[in-house]
Amino acid sequence: MTAAAPAITPDVVKAHGLSAEEYARVLEIMGREPNITELGIFSVMWSEHCSYKSSRKWLRRLPTTAPWVICGPGENAGVIDIGDGLACVFKMESHNHPSFIEPYQGAATGVGGILRDVFTMGARPIANLNALHFGAPDHPKTRHLVGGVVAGIGGYGNCVGVPTVAGSCDFDPGYNGNILVNAMTVGIARADRIFYAAASGIGNPVVYAGSKTGRDGIHGATMASAEFDDTAEARRPTVQVGDPFTEKLLIEACLELMAEDAIIAIQDMGAAGLTSSSFEMAGKGGVGVEIDLDRVPVREDGMTPYEIMLSESQERMLMVLKPGREDIARRIFEKWELDFAVIGRLTDTGRMVLKARGAVAADLPIAPLSEAAPVYDRPTTPTPRPAVLDAAAVPAPASVMGALETLLSSPDFCSRRWIWDQYDHMVMTDTVERPGGDAAVVRIHGTGRGLAVTTDCNPHYCGAHPKTGGAQAVAESWRNLTAVGARPLAITDNMNFGNPERPEIMGQFADCIEGIREACLALDFPVVSGNVSFYNETNGKGILPTPTIGAIGLIDDLSRRTSVPFKAAGEDIVLIGATMGHLGCSAYLRELHGRRDGAPPPVDLAAERANGDFVRGEIVSGAVTACHDLSDGGLLVAAAEMAMASGLGATLTPPPGAPALHAFAFGEDQGRYLVTTADGPALVSRAEKAGIPATVLGRTGGAELTLKGAGTISVVQLKAAFEGWLPAYMGDGVA
Amino acid sequence: MKSAVIVFPGSNCDRDMQVALARITGTPPVMVWHRETDLPRVDLIAVPGGFSYGDYLRSGAMAAHSPAMTEVRKRAAAGVAVLGVCNGFQILTEAGLLPGVLMRNASLRFICRDVYLRVEDSRAPFTTRYRTGQVIRIPIAHADGNFFADAETLKRIEGEGQVAFRYCDPNGEVTAAANPNGSLGNIAGIRNRAGNVLGMMPHPERLADQLLSGIDGRAMFEGLSEALG
Repeated sequence: MTAAAPAITPDVVKAHGLSAEEYARVLEIMGREPNITELGIFSVMWSEHCSYKSSRKWLRRLPTTAPWVICGPGENAGVIDIGDGLACVFKMESHNHPSFIEPYQGAATGVGGILRDVFTMGARPIANLNALHFGAPDHPKTRHLVGGVVAGIGGYGNCVGVPTVAGSCDFDPGYNGNILVNAMTVGIARADRIFYAAASGIGNPVVYAGSKTGRDGIHGATMASAEFDDTAEARRPTVQVGDPFTEKLLIEACLELMAEDAIIAIQDMGAAGLTSSSFEMAGKGGVGVEIDLDRVPVREDGMTPYEIMLSESQERMLMVLKPGREDIARRIFEKWELDFAVIGRLTDTGRMVLKARGAVAADLPIAPLSEAAPVYDRPTTPTPRPAVLDAAAVPAPASVMGALETLLSSPDFCSRRWIWDQYDHMVMTDTVERPGGDAAVVRIHGTGRGLAVTTDCNPHYCGAHPKTGGAQAVAESWRNLTAVGARPLAITDNMNFGNPERPEIMGQFADCIEGIREACLALDFPVVSGNVSFYNETNGKGILPTPTIGAIGLIDDLSRRTSVPFKAAGEDIVLIGATMGHLGCSAYLRELHGRRDGAPPPVDLAAERANGDFVRGEIVSGAVTACHDLSDGGLLVAAAEMAMASGLGATLTPPPGAPALHAFAFGEDQGRYLVTTADGPALVSRAEKAGIPATVLGRTGGAELTLKGAGTISVVQLKAAFEGWLPAYMGDGVA
Repeated sequence: MKSAVIVFPGSNCDRDMQVALARITGTPPVMVWHRETDLPRVDLIAVPGGFSYGDYLRSGAMAAHSPAMTEVRKRAAAGVAVLGVCNGFQILTEAGLLPGVLMRNASLRFICRDVYLRVEDSRAPFTTRYRTGQVIRIPIAHADGNFFADAETLKRIEGEGQVAFRYCDPNGEVTAAANPNGSLGNIAGIRNRAGNVLGMMPHPERLADQLLSGIDGRAMFEGLSEALG
């Protein structure tokens, strides 16, 4: 440190986000007062983001194992076996706060970060997904945020050359002050060549590769503290800036090096940069590490150890190489015109020693710092249980078909084409099912097999009844995979919540976890990776609880799959699953009556599984020509989506004993699918034998959608309503 | 037919081009790193899509000055067929192998979607397997695809029949509504005067496989294979 090293006052400790109790623990571990660099390291390592101190207790409850799970939570990403010696590596992560402040770069660096988590493990990224939640359309910031976030996701993913194939997007005033940007990457690796973070081999070189380290993204709260730095202006952290071109080079260089026998451990520098990556590697390997900060490639002169250790500059990797392999690695990184430097060695001290300008800048014990990381059992208050809404008490619309048109042209249900048109969703030429379906399907390169991928969450359900909402998010993702004919394998969860120090928020979190847990167990659908984002809160008002689920399924034969569009006129349309007409928390209630009351639809996991297994069997056998899962919006919205995607109409008749017409049309009962087939009665009879509720509702054909008793609307008119809202909102005259 | 694909830092459709060429012509192309100064003897050189050098400075501007492109210029002058797709088209204009420039899309946004193209003629070697006036469906994926040339150049391009593809509607009508990016004359692809260099914004290699919802791009590679042996 320079002579101007600031004193560690209680204010400086507080500005680093450490409580008095946590700081007492720091003193105990250090046996002395830490210097500013050491304090900064404690601060980020014990931050909510890195330590999961509020969520850890609950996350332990999630099922994380299955015979096909190669690596569950705890590494950079989850890894599952997908057969033929291949593994799928995937994870979802939030970039909520930065995206609200600077939407383009916030979203772009979110994509960059999650890509690195996946290729760090040896996988070539093959698909990106995202889940976006914005504030109300009429909120003054929303349009700007939508434009910036979408451009940022596209700007990064398009340049890197990984297709963005699926996602979700909705609008609610609950996100006015805190938007959500959750990004997911899916990659494929050889199952016997997965790379992990655990360092080993005393004396082995620690190598830095990628971009140079700059002063961006440094621990904001601290740097604004005037008494600790009177040159704050010059050191003010800027928003991280992504460089997808460098990321593309980094992907190719890392994968090229991974094909050599050179890497012992590898970790990307994400949140908390060099600090967390080096701690993680040394901690997992039970070794010490010595780093010479003078060797770290930097963007500007005069960076302090504090700045170098806490910088969150993007597109950087840390590796431990096998001895004598530095030259091979250097050659590869130089070919790709990336920085490469041996910055340290592994030691047997169990300590992290940082040197700068010949002096020791920091010296900390590694294991105690991770082991003594605080874990909180925060108080929880359950969400008050909502009353179940009687569908009969919900007014019918003036016109059911008019209500359908209103729903399809609403911000939450209209076409997302304006968004995915800005994402290259075809590069790599393996996108078999493009955006807009229940799940995107990406071919496993060079094979006839494919991965189905989706992201799901209904925050309205989660807000009303977090446990049901958590279970429903998992069930819906499972259903979306099933609807394309895939076998659901595993999920990643991205838990977005408000301030965990408030018992009602912690109650939402705990209950959502419980719901996710039950659904995962019932559906054999383990959680293999995840991320928690707390403090999505402004002025004491938290967002709707939003546990986004990203899910992966496998299609063994791509010629045996289905998609949403009707395929031919004259086919029978069959409804699978029981229809009770549940309107609580429904889109109909929200969009037509401005109401958000009632309990969400119950999730019967046994029925969910039985219905889904039956539908998948029918798809694989070739009996089903089109399939769509029924989710928010209900049956008529799903039928309309199948019609609009094909340009082909249909006539539907409610079966005897159906609930009131509007509840039949818009009820959101779970575990249901609409399928088309050449022989409806035969399919229904197979369903009956399997104990699955199934009814022939009607037939495809014509250019109109008709629901007997409710009227008729042309598919062209529906499509105009569906495609219009988003481009108009974003200010486009045409296309 | 023997082919080569030039790979720049930031190319990202190089593998797609490799797969299409290998599958359709039966011979895997040679992948050539941009620093190479010695190109293999091939019948076709493909300059693939992507973001060479991150589109920094201007799309294609830096790649146009790479060592491999110096060789590509020589081969093109000697009559070797050169195909530039998307960023490859941008690079060929920056390298002076094709006239005009590709500006930012009129919408100022990246656009990825299938478009319809009218094939303007069926000259060898690129469009022999298409009929003149045929309407094909091929995807675009670009932010800088707005073709522009000064009036005199445009007159020459049009006059000498250098336009290979135009954006059109599904019926083959060349309309403003069918123009995705603001290109002059709805131009989606052009040739040089000799006809051996073709640049196009749409990606024929992306719809050359039945599993990917269309094969209208396949005929270009079949035609090349036929014309170039």
